Amino acid sequence: MDINFTAEEEDFRSQIRAFIDANLPPSIARKVLDGRRLGSQDYVTWQRILAAHGWGAPAWPQQFGGTGWNAVQQYIFEEECADAGAPKQLPFGLKMVGPVIMAFGNQTQQDRFLPHIIDAGDWWCQGYSEPGSGSDLASLKTKAVRHGDHYVVNGQKTWTTLGQHADWIFCLVRTSTEVRAQEGISFLLIDMKTPGITVRPIIMVDGEPEVNEVWFDDVRVPVENLVGEENKGWTYAKFLLGHERTGIAGVGRSKRELKTLKAMAARQLVRGRPLMDDIRFRDRVAHVEMELMALEITNLRVISADRQRGRPGPEASILKIKGSEIQQQLAELKMQTLGHYALPRIEEGLEADWQGDPLMPDYPLQAPAATGTYYSNRKVSIYGGTNEIQKNIISQMILGL
Amino acid sequence: MDFNFTEEQLALKDTLRRFVRKEYSFEHRRQAMASRHGFDRDAWNTFAELGLLGLPLQESLGGLGGTAVDSMVVMEILGEALSLEPFLSSSLLCGSVLNAVPVTATLQELAAQMMTGRHIMALAHYEPGSRYDLAQVSTTATATAGDWVISGSKSVVLGAPNADTVIVSARTPGGVSLFLVDSRAPGLAMRPYATQDGLRAADLILERVTVPRQSLLAPEGDGLKLVEQALDTATAALCAEAVGIMDRLNQTTVEYLKTRKQFGTMIGKFQALQHRMAEMVVATEQARSMAIMAAIKVSSTERAERAAAISAAKAYVGNQARFVGQQAVQLHGGIGVTDELDVAHYFKRLTMIGHTFGDYDHHIARFAEAL
Repeated sequence: MDINFTAEEEDFRSQIRAFIDANLPPSIARKVLDGRRLGSQDYVTWQRILAAHGWGAPAWPQQFGGTGWNAVQQYIFEEECADAGAPKQLPFGLKMVGPVIMAFGNQTQQDRFLPHIIDAGDWWCQGYSEPGSGSDLASLKTKAVRHGDHYVVNGQKTWTTLGQHADWIFCLVRTSTEVRAQEGISFLLIDMKTPGITVRPIIMVDGEPEVNEVWFDDVRVPVENLVGEENKGWTYAKFLLGHERTGIAGVGRSKRELKTLKAMAARQLVRGRPLMDDIRFRDRVAHVEMELMALEITNLRVISADRQRGRPGPEASILKIKGSEIQQQLAELKMQTLGHYALPRIEEGLEADWQGDPLMPDYPLQAPAATGTYYSNRKVSIYGGTNEIQKNIISQMILGL
Repeated sequence: MDFNFTEEQLALKDTLRRFVRKEYSFEHRRQAMASRHGFDRDAWNTFAELGLLGLPLQESLGGLGGTAVDSMVVMEILGEALSLEPFLSSSLLCGSVLNAVPVTATLQELAAQMMTGRHIMALAHYEPGSRYDLAQVSTTATATAGDWVISGSKSVVLGAPNADTVIVSARTPGGVSLFLVDSRAPGLAMRPYATQDGLRAADLILERVTVPRQSLLAPEGDGLKLVEQALDTATAALCAEAVGIMDRLNQTTVEYLKTRKQFGTMIGKFQALQHRMAEMVVATEQARSMAIMAAIKVSSTERAERAAAISAAKAYVGNQARFVGQQAVQLHGGIGVTDELDVAHYFKRLTMIGHTFGDYDHHIARFAEAL
């Protein structure tokens, strides 16, 4: 039993850190660390910097252009990126559609799509959820009917994150109504420029247009964009959902947020003393830090168990539940550090070049994003399977209840 | 022992509720929020006609001399409506200050203008470094020949962008004192903004703002005592507002549990969600009890008794409100975190109530001191 990283792993960490120090644009890191708005170009820029170094796909095997890193190396990489304030590598291509194309796509699809996931030539988005099917994904209704060498797609997807920038969408569509709900679903790749697609932003609780509704009105999709077999889409979707679990807990990002929280709390004063020295507040920070310590080790245990077993297990639900709760608590505490300065909504304070307001000299630079982030982070216990669904999975898959 | 509202209170509740349901829909509120002043002038005028704006003012000022329980009735409904109007920041908070200072003809005139809705006030007390500590006042007022000269900074002054007169606290040789300051006075710079729940507030910088001698409200040095009492009154009212919002969130969420279907059944059939909903109702009833207690004890003449009761209520209600707000969003799923649905807006208001006039940690500390 040893919970420490090996000397080789520590050496790997140093290499990663040195690369990030030398290559992550400080202007982008500043935005991430202060919670400012990221533009689509910020994600693309960082992805291309990584791709140019051969690190564009940390979780992929080398035959598809990936790094071939093992799960521990990927974990270290994500942690270092998060700590430095690198934008998150977008999961839609790298962690979602990419692995499905690798496992079930044909050679043509692999050659066409995989390289441009790595070099950010294609921006992908996810077409799973529908207005009527949230946790109950299999009840989806978007229909694809085959006409000659095309599918004609009609229906509506929702919660399509960053779909406003997307070149492609991967969709679960219903190709048969004759069979059990799970058996009539297919996995289609759809060019967002196809006529008949309408994207409408959904304004979220923090005022940001992060997700979208995507409407399909007689959208013609070439049959060669079907991944795998018709009506087998549910199998691929399940594969996708269970595939990438090293990042689900968000440990790296939460460790960074904890650091930011402590720094903010050290600067805010309560009766002339740092908030961080206030026993009530300090205990709150201690509580969440303990949770995070436990989660970090649980995460590494799950990674290690997955590796020994050769496939992911239902323990990922533990990571999702605890990871989301910790992210929410950290956001709440950051907001709480601000005291009454949690109240102002300083719109321009979300822009990268905002340097503070001369009429509010004591209003912290991290303050404008804090309350909105707390609001917005309520979503993390909802998306990707609500925490209630995760508990169902634990009850059924781990406990056999 | 009597937990019933009076006939008059029930009638007031009924009238006000009928008005907001008819004239103050969620969409209507959204438009008002986007307007220049950020609230609905017509609704404000109706509040005046209904006597709401005179309710918190005592009779010697020409007001109706309402009790804190009357205010509770009003605030619950304003909570349900997510009212943007400055009833709390002007009528209640500044009204409480005016109630506690010696009556003058000037104040009677001011009160008369407030009751018609034409004159709006704001209380500028908290400062950038003060957090929720009332005693930390760095703003100073210096007496000159016939005037007071005030300099300093004030932060998150609720309702300030729409205020005609601001009550400013400042340190004088006799302690902390309160001054009436015209919001357009030379030397007063205002940084207005919307708050995270759609109200209006501002930070103020006062640079040698000169006000006449008689702008001093109450004897010099009484400021802290007056502000604390006024904030306690407003805090009791905030507890009632939170309860009104929790009621609405519970109703909306139960409705959603009965209509939303997943896995071929309405999600309200799932026991995990039934229990969560039951906990939300328990939290709300407990919060309501504390809001009632706060409304009764805020009139206590014993400062310590009042402070302990208000802080216990604010901390406790804040915690229950946090739970109900978060769970209402969670049970709604994705649509609970969209701007489109009122649920997110109730959640935002509850969250900001938690940070208004002291957060949970501040009030539990103040309550614990009294143990």
